[in-house]
Amino acid sequence: MASITIDGKVFEVDEKNNLLQECLSQAMDLPYFCWHPSMGSVGSCRQCAVVEYADENDERGRLVMACMTEPRDGARYSIEAAANFRAQAIESIMINHPHDCPVCEEGGECHLQDMTVMSGHTYRRYDGKKKTHTNQYLGPFINHEMNRCITCYRCVRYYKDYAGGTDFGPQASHDNTYFGRWQEGPLESEFSGNLVEVCPTGVFTDKPFSKHYSRKWDLQSSPSVCTGCSVGCNTNPGERYGTLRRIVNRYNDEVNGYFICDKGRFGAGYVNSEERIPVSMTRAAHDSDPVQIDPDAAKEALNKAASDAIGIGSPRASMEANYALRELVGAENFYAGIPEQELGMLNKIIDIYQNKPVNVANIKDIENSDAVLILGEDITNTASRIALGVRQSVKNLGRQMGADLNFPIWHDAAIRQLAMDKLSPLYILSPHNTRLDDIAKTVHISTAAHSAQIGMAVAHAIDSKAPAAEGLNKEEEALASEIAETLKSAKKALIISGTNSLEPALLDAASNIATALANDEEKANLVLVGSESNSMGLALMMQGSDKALQQAMAADAKSAVVLENDLYRRAASSDVDAFINSLEQLTVLDHLKNRTGEQANLVLAAATFAESSGTFVNYESRAQHYYSTFKSKPDIRSSALWLSDKHLNELTAACAADIEHCADMTHLTPGEDYNFAGLKAPRQHHRYSGRTSMRANISVHEPKQEQDEDGVMVYSMEGVPAIKDASVLNSPWAPGWNSNQSIFKFQEYAGGPLKQSSQGERLLVNSSTEKSWNTPAKNTSSVSGQGYQVFPLYHIFGSEELSSYTPSIQEKATSAYIALNPADAEKLGLQGSDGVQVEHNGAVPFILRSSVQAGTVGVSVGLKGLNFQDIGASIVLDKAENWQFPDTWHEANIFASDKFVGGAD
Amino acid sequence: MSISNPLTKNIEAGRAPFSFAEYQAAGGYQSFANAVKMSPRDVMGQVKDAGLGGRGGAGFNTGLKWSFSPDPDGLPRYLVVNADEMEPGTFKDRLLMEHDPHLLIEGMITASYAIQATTAYIFLRGEYTVAEENLLKAIAEAYDNGMLGKKIQGSDYNLDLYLHTSAGRYICGEETALINALEGKRANPRFKPPFPQVSGLWGRPTLVNNVETICNIPGILTHGVQWFKGLGLGEESGTRISGVSGRVKKPGCWEMPVGTTFRTVLEDYAGGMQDGYELKAFLPGGGSTDFLMPEHLDLPMIPGDVAKAGSRLGTSLMMVLDDKTCPIGTVRNLIKFFAHESCGWCTPCRDGLPWVEHILNKMEEGKGEMKDIEILKEMSGYMGPGNTFCALAPGAAEPLQSSLKYFMDEYEAHVKHGCNYK
Repeated sequence: MASITIDGKVFEVDEKNNLLQECLSQAMDLPYFCWHPSMGSVGSCRQCAVVEYADENDERGRLVMACMTEPRDGARYSIEAAANFRAQAIESIMINHPHDCPVCEEGGECHLQDMTVMSGHTYRRYDGKKKTHTNQYLGPFINHEMNRCITCYRCVRYYKDYAGGTDFGPQASHDNTYFGRWQEGPLESEFSGNLVEVCPTGVFTDKPFSKHYSRKWDLQSSPSVCTGCSVGCNTNPGERYGTLRRIVNRYNDEVNGYFICDKGRFGAGYVNSEERIPVSMTRAAHDSDPVQIDPDAAKEALNKAASDAIGIGSPRASMEANYALRELVGAENFYAGIPEQELGMLNKIIDIYQNKPVNVANIKDIENSDAVLILGEDITNTASRIALGVRQSVKNLGRQMGADLNFPIWHDAAIRQLAMDKLSPLYILSPHNTRLDDIAKTVHISTAAHSAQIGMAVAHAIDSKAPAAEGLNKEEEALASEIAETLKSAKKALIISGTNSLEPALLDAASNIATALANDEEKANLVLVGSESNSMGLALMMQGSDKALQQAMAADAKSAVVLENDLYRRAASSDVDAFINSLEQLTVLDHLKNRTGEQANLVLAAATFAESSGTFVNYESRAQHYYSTFKSKPDIRSSALWLSDKHLNELTAACAADIEHCADMTHLTPGEDYNFAGLKAPRQHHRYSGRTSMRANISVHEPKQEQDEDGVMVYSMEGVPAIKDASVLNSPWAPGWNSNQSIFKFQEYAGGPLKQSSQGERLLVNSSTEKSWNTPAKNTSSVSGQGYQVFPLYHIFGSEELSSYTPSIQEKATSAYIALNPADAEKLGLQGSDGVQVEHNGAVPFILRSSVQAGTVGVSVGLKGLNFQDIGASIVLDKAENWQFPDTWHEANIFASDKFVGGAD
Repeated sequence: MSISNPLTKNIEAGRAPFSFAEYQAAGGYQSFANAVKMSPRDVMGQVKDAGLGGRGGAGFNTGLKWSFSPDPDGLPRYLVVNADEMEPGTFKDRLLMEHDPHLLIEGMITASYAIQATTAYIFLRGEYTVAEENLLKAIAEAYDNGMLGKKIQGSDYNLDLYLHTSAGRYICGEETALINALEGKRANPRFKPPFPQVSGLWGRPTLVNNVETICNIPGILTHGVQWFKGLGLGEESGTRISGVSGRVKKPGCWEMPVGTTFRTVLEDYAGGMQDGYELKAFLPGGGSTDFLMPEHLDLPMIPGDVAKAGSRLGTSLMMVLDDKTCPIGTVRNLIKFFAHESCGWCTPCRDGLPWVEHILNKMEEGKGEMKDIEILKEMSGYMGPGNTFCALAPGAAEPLQSSLKYFMDEYEAHVKHGCNYK
């Protein structure tokens, strides 16, 4: 700590941070543009200027940029003395900025507006013409309005330096500097949406939001959790007039920090989809036309149908909804609703997290790791935010090189210039090339089962007590010992795998490696991802049982209640068809129309995450509460409410009491007694407009405020904003700070953890120091004589069920395809424009990649035109007859995360 | 040995530059043989003792600058010669490189030895095509004759030397922007610290020196510190190339003892003003220096003395302003250049200079207002030293601020009547 004086007041500050950060931490208003807590300082905008004095006799001082200044113990600074310079800086920044705030999407949450006011620029003296630029089409997600640019370089520092994007950068120079692509076209990065929040003004804005725009202060918002994957990034959805308008990042330094992926930001449009189930319906037979019924009748019908039914739970429904179904049908009749193999893998993860000496890594742990091994999981597509974290981890070598020369950690440019292309080691074992290959030391292409063997060899090389591997060649043995050496010598090693590889042995290998690395002082970081927002929670609910979908379908039930689950995505179509046909009564609760719901005898219109509250458990076993953003239409209820008469709080408490490991679920909210000065936390901003008039065209009577289900937040502007507890913050705002930058006012220090009662609770607590080893089950899925061995190909846009109902996501997705080695294509007699007939399936286009091993085939998961569940471990392929490319085939969309970087032919 | 013009002794108008053999026959390439008998630190010491000031504009002691490099660690380190001579009115490095390329190469080899560089680069202004041709030829000859490459002259010292021609930006004269450009990146300056001596080209210790600075090294290491000190006038060491452009009888540049006065350059070397023109003011060393007035002509061309008079010696190539040329138009032209050459990295330079240019255009078009003069005064302070990321904008502000000091009456006349020089 250092003691410094700022304008006569003495402060104790952390000298590892820069002066700007410390001024903000001390609640001082010092304007800035180019600095960002996640991206460090470069000193270009000159807006955070302060005066530094050499000693007590120095009266003149010298101007320094606070963001580039290490606070020196005993030093004296003045913010006040540089006020004139800061006013000049903002005045010159503003000479070219258009006065289009009234029609700019950023207006009202614009950091530039805030800083202009804060710096004291109110009167325009420049009387020349403004500089203008041409805008570019950047894809379905982001608007580009270059005239608003103030050249702070944050966009490119984020997109290129932070997120590793290669198709966007600064062009030209002087006051004509331009930020864009070399030519128009969709941005390739899966994390491009963060530009919207990184840009301090309205150059990059949320395009789908523009189409039904509302000011920030008119949006009803709540703390929420993303439904896109198992990472559980924290989000702030915003609603107006009963529709979800947008998603922005909600800061949580342990889960997602300042950034989310594009699926998270843009993929929630399904809430407003025309495919939503608007009302509850009955169907006499599986194939008859549906008849609408009112909610109370529907609830009665549900209770009747459930009396001797089995319940099929869901990895995308809340803990409370799953628990309510389990209570309704009885624990013995409750099934997980996911494939047997996936449940087995999730159970294995729970065992590893609990019983092995490992540190389950959160995003900070991931970013701080200095050697990473990825085992068979395509995290860019299956757990995207983690891929962005891995991109930061490889920069640790540069940070260490900088530290050796006493560079401050925030000196971003200096560290990059020193490190050049030197990266901390990242090893990837995968059946195909991935988006992280550009930062990997070695990418080894092999099947998941074989990668697991290499992983076993790594563990064995670290600790000879770990079981040895089988069937490796010399080169692979050498690679295994190189990886072992690297991981051993790292300060903090990280092993990543997950369930999406569909290979349980990879989890065993990951567990053994992390176990082997553990010693008395340190445990290695381990990340094992699931596939959906509550996959882990669902597995916890099953308490180690193996009652998966296959078991449910074999239970010989006459009635089944299916919770938020399209069974056709979980099992082979023929099996699901047979199951449904065997049922007398199929009851489905869901948000969106799908093949399962279309055959249901009773369909209950279920609320999405945006219209309901509940708990999801992420890949770390972190339970997180999401608050409903807005009240659903009367015909729609949350699944938990359909399934139970209990209040949400009571369900949470019952689940916590009943389900092993879940006790801490009751600590996720401040509780229904929460109040501040007698008031609840508002979902609406204190400037929310039109409350008394927005329904005046219908009735001049103001309706009663909607009541909340969990008693913490209200659907109202009345209440006290979450000044003390950011876990109930509807959206960040502070006096003078209207933009998202205001989040620092809610942090313990600028860029630090939030002041809040809960950041989520890790349900699985591990204190194991005992080393025990997993031995993988014998691989039964290896290639038999015929057919090609299948590996799954995931797509951030299109593979996930809910987000794929969103129009902008559809624009970035393509329909199904397979990826083949060129030699195999030649054997099959395939030419460029041919289609491939997939055994027991339709015909699909193919792409050629030399990185795909001969004899294996990549098959897209979740994309329209092919049901992955209908495909076994190996398939027979043929050239398709009468082939025509489907309209939905967009090869160009296999350009981003899906592009096989190294292997494009 | 009493050479008094070590920089230009091999230069003769109309004759091709010396070949390797001719250069060696004229006493060249001895400095390395002398240097390699000493430790690198001792070579640095000699250069420091000689009192050689940097000739790029700042005038910092070259040996001292070298001594800030960390001790060699067996990994690469670099010498970069800044030959991106883009300062308006400056053409001294061009003379040296076009007419005696071996002098620069010899200086680089000896300097590289002193800092234990493993590779040396010349970052050459792209328009200097004759210099490029002559340097490439000389570099090839130096390799052929064992002055570059492995085990130079039988010593244990190895050095590779590359010529890089710039894509052309004024900012590349700023040493850290030059390094970025050499790495293939945008020519934005880097924040200091870290200084290039610690983390420069490719993140390694790097020294960047001006062409003329390096061309002084062979003389110092061949003829000794005392000889070099004796070359200057009074307390000063060495010679430098100074010159003059503008409406003088004989514009050009010449080698002369350090400490020579501006008057000597203007009247003796350049033959005085052209008939019918009077000296109104002059920029002492390039476009980015403050105007000086005729009463300053007797100042010696020494950084400290020029600073006391309120300007900078800069490159020591004067630009004269005569009485028939509009001073505001002159400043306008300079500001237009600097505004265009701003790299766009920091705010005061990127957005301040175009505003100044806009106001000066208004003045020249007779549309200036009195309030504009106040803005110009403000802007020259706003873009001043310490306020910007690098020295470009503070340099650009120098002719502006000094014109406001000396020619306020002209500004006011422009506001009232427009430009009366047209």
